[in-house]
Amino acid sequence: MNITYLQAIREAQARALTDDPRVFIYGQDVGRFGGAFKATKGLAEQFPGRVIDSPLSEDAIMGVAIGAAIEGMRPIVEMQFADFSTCGFNQIVNQAATLFYRTEVPCPIVVRLPSGGTPGSGPFHSQSMEAIYAHYPGTIVLAPATVEDAYSMLLEAVAIDDPVLFCEHKFLYNHLKADCLPDVAMPVGKARIARSGRDATIVTYGAMLHESLAAADDLASDGYQIEVVDLRSIKPLDTDTVLASVSRTGRLLCVGEAWPWGGVTAEVIARVSTEAFGMLDAPPQRLNARDTPVPYHPSLWGTHRPTAGTIASATRRLLEL
Amino acid sequence: MPDVVQTPAAAGTRMGEEYLKAYRIMLLSRILEEKLSALYRGGKIKGGVFLGRGQEALSVSVGIHLRKGDIFAPLIRDQAGRMAFGDTVTDTLRTYLGSALGSMRGRDGNIHRGRPREGYYAMISHLGAMIPVVAGGLMARRFRGETGVVGATCIGDGGTSTGAFHEGLNTAAVEKLPLVVVIANNQYAYSTPTSCQYACADLVDRAVGYGIPGHKVEGTDLAECLRVVGGAIAAARAGGGPQIVVADLLRLVGHGEHDDGQYVDPALRQARVGRDCLMVAEETLVTEGWASTEDIRGWHEEAERDVDDAAVRVQRESEPDPAKEIWEAISSRHLADRFADA
Repeated sequence: MNITYLQAIREAQARALTDDPRVFIYGQDVGRFGGAFKATKGLAEQFPGRVIDSPLSEDAIMGVAIGAAIEGMRPIVEMQFADFSTCGFNQIVNQAATLFYRTEVPCPIVVRLPSGGTPGSGPFHSQSMEAIYAHYPGTIVLAPATVEDAYSMLLEAVAIDDPVLFCEHKFLYNHLKADCLPDVAMPVGKARIARSGRDATIVTYGAMLHESLAAADDLASDGYQIEVVDLRSIKPLDTDTVLASVSRTGRLLCVGEAWPWGGVTAEVIARVSTEAFGMLDAPPQRLNARDTPVPYHPSLWGTHRPTAGTIASATRRLLEL
Repeated sequence: MPDVVQTPAAAGTRMGEEYLKAYRIMLLSRILEEKLSALYRGGKIKGGVFLGRGQEALSVSVGIHLRKGDIFAPLIRDQAGRMAFGDTVTDTLRTYLGSALGSMRGRDGNIHRGRPREGYYAMISHLGAMIPVVAGGLMARRFRGETGVVGATCIGDGGTSTGAFHEGLNTAAVEKLPLVVVIANNQYAYSTPTSCQYACADLVDRAVGYGIPGHKVEGTDLAECLRVVGGAIAAARAGGGPQIVVADLLRLVGHGEHDDGQYVDPALRQARVGRDCLMVAEETLVTEGWASTEDIRGWHEEAERDVDDAAVRVQRESEPDPAKEIWEAISSRHLADRFADA
């Protein structure tokens, strides 16, 4: 069996629909068409009445999901692109994320956000929204970087009683393959040491995990052993695993595809600086996308976001500090 | 405009009963809100106080036609509708005064209260946002095979200008949900007159665009409100899909008690739309022979007594204790991001 990251997302939804009658899928083109990326392919036929096409109304899509969740359902919302979730932003951050604190009624919704850049996608089909949503209290934000995590974390997300922003990466949809789906999985909220090393720690997530692993390979040929931490879960952020890694290596580079300002990389560095300043042998560094809209042309896009090459260069500079 | 109501003699008793029940709720709501205003002016209430004076007849007509098991998402000026749906003087006071015993436990206040598990949704401040939420609640009921359920929500003329209003109503229409949206066209959104709010001849014309029935009612006339809102709710309950009701009336107070509403056109106050629905109802009670002036005076005194007693009691209750507060925004405690609290 050869299964892609995208197929894993489809299979997780099929399993959730099978296992839990409270689950339904709501979003644009998710029904018979099977979704813009085919993440719900065949599910409308397999689960009649439970995979529902919505109007082109992100605010109402989220509102409907919230109302259904109040009444005990477990909706999975597909935003066609993470970028468009800004049109449902109010419902997500002000309604879903405040509901439990205000009323003691939980809000079990999974919002699937096809995230991140692909060549030619441009400013409005490439965004990474994880820091924006993690900023708000009342959310759980996940960013799976592997086929196994795409499957197991989505299944776990459906079982969580709170709003989950599921930042699945479009670049990984068809690029990433695994032999099979996992039977056992690491839980949400735990980071994973994706590669062990002793000279420096790279903390990253999503598509940048694979760029970072390639950079670590490159540095290995120079004799450097780089540890790579895959956060998996943005909120809650597994600070303990990050601190433990940095205490072993003494050096930290945070890599994110999102914009730098107030982002996940800044949060990781803030935590390491306040909790493990004495463990650091060099100032912690970060590498993010440039602070411009995501450009359309592949040649511009390829230098807008971090790549294995720029990550390796940044790591070399860190090692020389 | 609707015709002036003609009370059928044969239906007089039953209609009188409903009218009287609705009036008593309007009266209690009015007196409770006057108390809230006094508590605000006395510095006892922190934050805003937002009153429904002039809108009680419309609001009560929504709550009174909903049943246990229905969904109601009231808005800012729906004290009467809330009480008709089961909210209490005590919980209203607790929420305004910040009692730890209130349904929001000091975590939210004033009109932002509800008990979602009982179908009484707690509004957020962003206008229009509750419309799709009620639609989603109704979709859940449909998933479970429940029939005969209605969801109702209220909004003002200002709220009709939001994207959420459009998206929510359109979605409900596409799904043919039993949703009733009651629009209080109260002439001002805070200080903005309707001339700056919409350009259509009448807000009820919007119904055509959504492919749903629209109903118009004179919002100062309780009998008309009961008939028209009741009819819209019955139509939705019977499977007629979403309905909108547009009521013309005038907000007889400022936006909140911090606002004197000096911008309101004096001509509107003198016009039929500016009548006080509570006084109109009391005149009707007497002329129809459903109550005497002595009855009405007695009911005023009873309501004042009940509200005063509750206010004294609630003011003795504890405020929320920051040291005992659970500072967690998610229910999955094992997934709380604890670092931020460190």
